Amino acid sequence: MASQIVDLIGSADRSMVPPQLSAKVPQVVRFENVGLRYGMGAEILRDITFAIEPQSFQFLTGPSGAGKTTLLRLILLALKPTRGFIKLFERDVTTLRKGEITAIRRRIGVVFQDFRLLDHLTTYENVALPLRVMGRGETTYRAEVVELLRWVGLGERMHVLPPVLSGGEKQRAAIARALIVRPELLLADEPTGNVDPHLARRLLRLFIELHKSGTSVVIATHDLGLMDQFEGARRLVLGDGRLHIYD
Amino acid sequence: MMTETADTLEPSVEALPARLKRDMPLVPASSIAGRALIIVIAIMTFLAALTAGAAMLIAGASQGWRESVSREITVQVRPTPGRDLEAEAQKAADIVGAVPEVAEARVFTKAESEHLLEPWLGTGLDLGELPVPRLIVVKLKEGAPPPDLPALRKALVDKVPGVSLDDHRQWLARLGVMANTIVVVAAVIFALVIIAMAFAVAFATRGAMAGNREIIDVLHFVGAEDRYIASEFRRHFLRLGLEGGGLGAALAIATFMLAGAVSSWWAATPSGDQLEALFGSFLLNWRGYAVIAFIGASIGMVTGSMSRAIVFRHLHNLS
Ligand SMILES: Nc1ncnc2c1ncn2[C@@H]1O[C@H](COP(=O)(O)OP(=O)(O)O)[C@@H](O)[C@H]1O
Ligand SMILES: [Mg+2]
Repeated sequence: MASQIVDLIGSADRSMVPPQLSAKVPQVVRFENVGLRYGMGAEILRDITFAIEPQSFQFLTGPSGAGKTTLLRLILLALKPTRGFIKLFERDVTTLRKGEITAIRRRIGVVFQDFRLLDHLTTYENVALPLRVMGRGETTYRAEVVELLRWVGLGERMHVLPPVLSGGEKQRAAIARALIVRPELLLADEPTGNVDPHLARRLLRLFIELHKSGTSVVIATHDLGLMDQFEGARRLVLGDGRLHIYD
Repeated sequence: MMTETADTLEPSVEALPARLKRDMPLVPASSIAGRALIIVIAIMTFLAALTAGAAMLIAGASQGWRESVSREITVQVRPTPGRDLEAEAQKAADIVGAVPEVAEARVFTKAESEHLLEPWLGTGLDLGELPVPRLIVVKLKEGAPPPDLPALRKALVDKVPGVSLDDHRQWLARLGVMANTIVVVAAVIFALVIIAMAFAVAFATRGAMAGNREIIDVLHFVGAEDRYIASEFRRHFLRLGLEGGGLGAALAIATFMLAGAVSSWWAATPSGDQLEALFGSFLLNWRGYAVIAFIGASIGMVTGSMSRAIVFRHLHNLS
């Protein structure tokens, strides 16, 4: 399994499947006229309509405070829209039962802006967490986790608790935790916000490899330099609560 | 510094690090006010076990008492002018002794009767001149059904004037009511203690959930079911409950053992006799100790299941 991940992500010659435009292809995410306000405040997001296709790659961008994190939280089902319609993996999210929400979350990998690593668990345990909560035995995933940790350059930091890790190391641990289940959709919130430009470039490469292996990737960032490194990527730009799409 | 991604792609799974920590609880033990909860549970278990043990002692003593007393009947023959009390008493004893259910009917001798009255009248009195009634102590056969008392009473009254028969029924009934009241009071105290403890566990669980909000969120995002998260909490609370329940039960057992030892030492003294007559000895039998151990263990289990249920319900209502 681990070698599969690494093989898939690593094989450069794997041909990228072109985004399908046919309506028959099941979409990963679909928003229709979605609006959101926090409490009684003004609408942060207004009439948001877009879709995320399988095996696609997009940057979600816009100035700080534009609502990028909020949009990702809507996809994660951590927020309910105040109006509009959201579909995840072709399911209307308002009809999902508790168990189905869990099942959908297992198909999504998330890298939070503030990492959200559990401070009392080692790096190894943090990265293994999604497999552990599925009820898998530790021996069944050990090799897989260790291999991924080595691959993101944390092989020597396995025993360490997150508070001891540097910003870049935490970033990579958070990314490894999102990748370990080979998600169909990867959401990353400012994944290069805490690292130097060199590491940022390497992390972007990692996401691109993941995308080539078949995962839909959404990277929220306001780093224009980062986006310039992948010219072909789709851009979803938030401004004044509205979304503008540049394919 | 990290090397280029492509360079590290070589499959390089060597032997895994030996000291890899891999089974830390997902909810850290330090985030739960564990020691305080153990102490509360231990005290509550101790009180509950003490109440239950005391109730068992009293129920047991009153049972034994009632059994021995209900196997006795007292016949009283009052002196009537112009009749020989001695002969009358013997006649009554013979009539009672003829009943098949009766094991023994013994007339208290004059001397014995005087001895009985000593505490009230003092020693050295000649009671010969006083009209002191004579008592016949009737012991019933063990395990036999009670005799037909109205018939026996009628037969006695017909033959022996001034006779009365007391089967202690009223007295037994009062004793039974008293013992039952004590047991009911004990059950109420027991229930109150358990309810108070349940509240303590509920507060502690809520506190633990609030303190681990972030962890619960992360567990949800990585795909943990509510059931799974709830059992992570149960792990801790089961352990705390078993420790507290075990400690409380052990203290209660030690207390009863000590009380038993003290009372058997005391039994050797004259006043101890009376105490023992009233309460039996303070010795709890093995069933009593087993009940206390069972209370301790159940409290541990219930603590675990209860916090699991609270967490599960709370998470369920959250969505
Ligand atoms: N929990 C919240 N309650 C109220 N307002 C919020 C909350 N989270 C974000 N906001 C507001 O919503 C807007 C968008 O925030 P966010 O989605 O974090 O933007 P971005 O990630 O693009 O910087 C901001 O004005 C922010 O102040
Ligand atoms: Mg943000």
